[in-house]
Amino acid sequence: MSDIPRAMRQPLGLKLGSAAFLAFWCLLAAFPIFWIAVMSFKSPVDAFAANPLDVIFGPVTRDRGDGLSALDIGLGVTVLYLTIKLALGWLPRRIADWSPHGYQWAGWIIGATGYALGFLILFFGLLPALLGVLNSILGPLGTPLIGLTTVHYESVWIGREFYENFLNSLLVTGGVVTISLTVGTLAGYGLARSGSNIAFWILIVALVFRALPHSVLVAGYLPVFITSAEWLRPILGENAPTLYGQPLAVIAVLVSINQPFTIWMLRSFFQNIPNELDEAARVDGCTHFQAFRWVIMPVMWPGVITTGLFSFLLAYNDFLVTSLLLDATNQTMVPAIAGYFNRETTTTDQVEAVAAAVSITAPLFLLVMVFQRQIVSGLTAGAVKG
Amino acid sequence: MKFRTFIWFVGPSLFLMALFIALPLYSVLVGSFYNTYDVREMVEEETCTAGFLAQTCTTTMVSRPVFGEDGRVQTVTEFVGWTSYARVLEPARAWEAVRALDYRALMQINFWAALRFTLMFTLVTLPLVICMGLAIALAVNNAAKSIRGPIIFVSLLPFIITPVIGSLSIYWLFVGDGILTRGIEAWLQRDIAMFAQAWTIELLMLFYRVWHVAPFAFVIFYAGLQTVNQDTLESAIIDGASRWDRLRYVIVPHLMPLIVFIALIHLMDAYRVFEEIVGFRAQAHVISLQWLTYDLLSPDDAGNRAYSRANASAMLTMVGIVILLIPLLRRTWRDHKGSSH
Repeated sequence: MSDIPRAMRQPLGLKLGSAAFLAFWCLLAAFPIFWIAVMSFKSPVDAFAANPLDVIFGPVTRDRGDGLSALDIGLGVTVLYLTIKLALGWLPRRIADWSPHGYQWAGWIIGATGYALGFLILFFGLLPALLGVLNSILGPLGTPLIGLTTVHYESVWIGREFYENFLNSLLVTGGVVTISLTVGTLAGYGLARSGSNIAFWILIVALVFRALPHSVLVAGYLPVFITSAEWLRPILGENAPTLYGQPLAVIAVLVSINQPFTIWMLRSFFQNIPNELDEAARVDGCTHFQAFRWVIMPVMWPGVITTGLFSFLLAYNDFLVTSLLLDATNQTMVPAIAGYFNRETTTTDQVEAVAAAVSITAPLFLLVMVFQRQIVSGLTAGAVKG
Repeated sequence: MKFRTFIWFVGPSLFLMALFIALPLYSVLVGSFYNTYDVREMVEEETCTAGFLAQTCTTTMVSRPVFGEDGRVQTVTEFVGWTSYARVLEPARAWEAVRALDYRALMQINFWAALRFTLMFTLVTLPLVICMGLAIALAVNNAAKSIRGPIIFVSLLPFIITPVIGSLSIYWLFVGDGILTRGIEAWLQRDIAMFAQAWTIELLMLFYRVWHVAPFAFVIFYAGLQTVNQDTLESAIIDGASRWDRLRYVIVPHLMPLIVFIALIHLMDAYRVFEEIVGFRAQAHVISLQWLTYDLLSPDDAGNRAYSRANASAMLTMVGIVILLIPLLRRTWRDHKGSSH
């Protein structure tokens, strides 16, 4: 503390006030999310209990025999801790060793998928079976302490076939991220390297498009998509598809809606890469495209990953476009949860809706954990550099 | 870069934007002046019921759709001018309400109610988001380095969460038997219902939006605070500036471009307020402009979608955002002209 000049030192009151405000904000930020996560694991009586402690410890759930014993908690936490520790230390080294040079990304995809699968099998398959045996032997250590049930998740994912919505979400978000990055990097590079008036006007028009409410655009798509089989027939013959309800059409729509934002963001990342790099490549005889592909792209990965994250968020979080352009048979997760509103008559239905909401949030939670740095850099990319 | 290469790079993106943004805009504009409806004809229909001695027969005029040769309902599309706009705006009713100074009657018309809420929402959340973001950024900047990472992680959660789910998570806290409703009831010793009247819902929506967007403002301000010139701060101290003066005259002017940036993004996003209405199930009490178009586009009980009115309301929504953006666009244009000289 002594190296801080005396005038810059803060009085105790200010320090305490600032810390208290920060603590309050963190509580405010995390509480609603934490609370729905807790609720989703309790039986309805506990989930909507008047006493907050009842919601956390779930006495009714526990009395029904669904709960965690001291042993469960101990072993579970150990396994989770080891998983995270290995994922941060052991896994990257293994991947670096095993993947052939230049195909690190493929190694990461395979490695991360394998690791996640292994964890799921261990944590949700082997561990409960082992603990079931151990709990019955150990007596007092094995009696449940905290009520916890996964029955709502089971009925949502299996009984109500939420996995189909999950697969649709996966298809739509995967498609949107891939296509919008491919198209967006090309455009972002072109715009960053061209100082012409046209580039400026494209960016301004993109800014106006970025501000458009999505319902305005959907009003334009909907009648055209519903009748598309009729007006596409002269071109495509009898097999002309009805675009309404097609995930592919929704991907194209979301990619386009996302383009203005994507090109602005990628352009600001490309502008950070010195122009001399292209010029050096061009002197060595590369065409513009070769310079882009072999010289610029290898140093652009951080920007591409960041932009990809924001494209992912847009597609994953979208409600308006997907709920209007997809029909009930191939809904993505977020609009599908709106279907629960109408059925939400009993408290069991409510807790199931909560479980579905938590299922949607869990991947985002992981995303922030892994990519916190990229998200922060993406948020500041457009702003700080002007 | 030559123009040809430039077009090759930018082409795919331009094509997508033209096809899926510019073209739909044009079709919405044109569509708002046309109306498509089923051709119906009046047919004389005789229905007979069994009666004593003779059947009782009644003839009625029934309107039924006309079927074309392909077995489908025939439709016609005709130019209706400003009729669709008039049906959305209901100018006669609105004018009457304004003349009678009857606020309640004006709010009976969906469009004006939606416009009032959207503008109120946008303008009220804007200063709140900026102040909250700045306060968090200053507090985090004040905190020990080791806890900044976890705090940023927690702060990002409200920003990253799906808007519908985020508003639902707050809805579940305040629903009839939610934990916070129970808590407030125990505290105030009276029953409360947060979702039974418009003003409490609006309050929760404002809270939700500030909760959702403040992290964004925070991250940007926090990055901006790292670049504050320490020398300026120190000379301000030597000149006898108090802590408040330094914030007011050094830090805030330094952050001004960022404040403008956040205000801009927030204006665009808050004007599109929509997900809160779905999450809070507020449509009976509060609606927004975007929700109005969404509602007109959703099939009603008979399975019909009110396209022409939806187009008109979409165009009116767009006019609003253009008006909001004009000052910004003029500034960018001036900057651009200034830089090219």
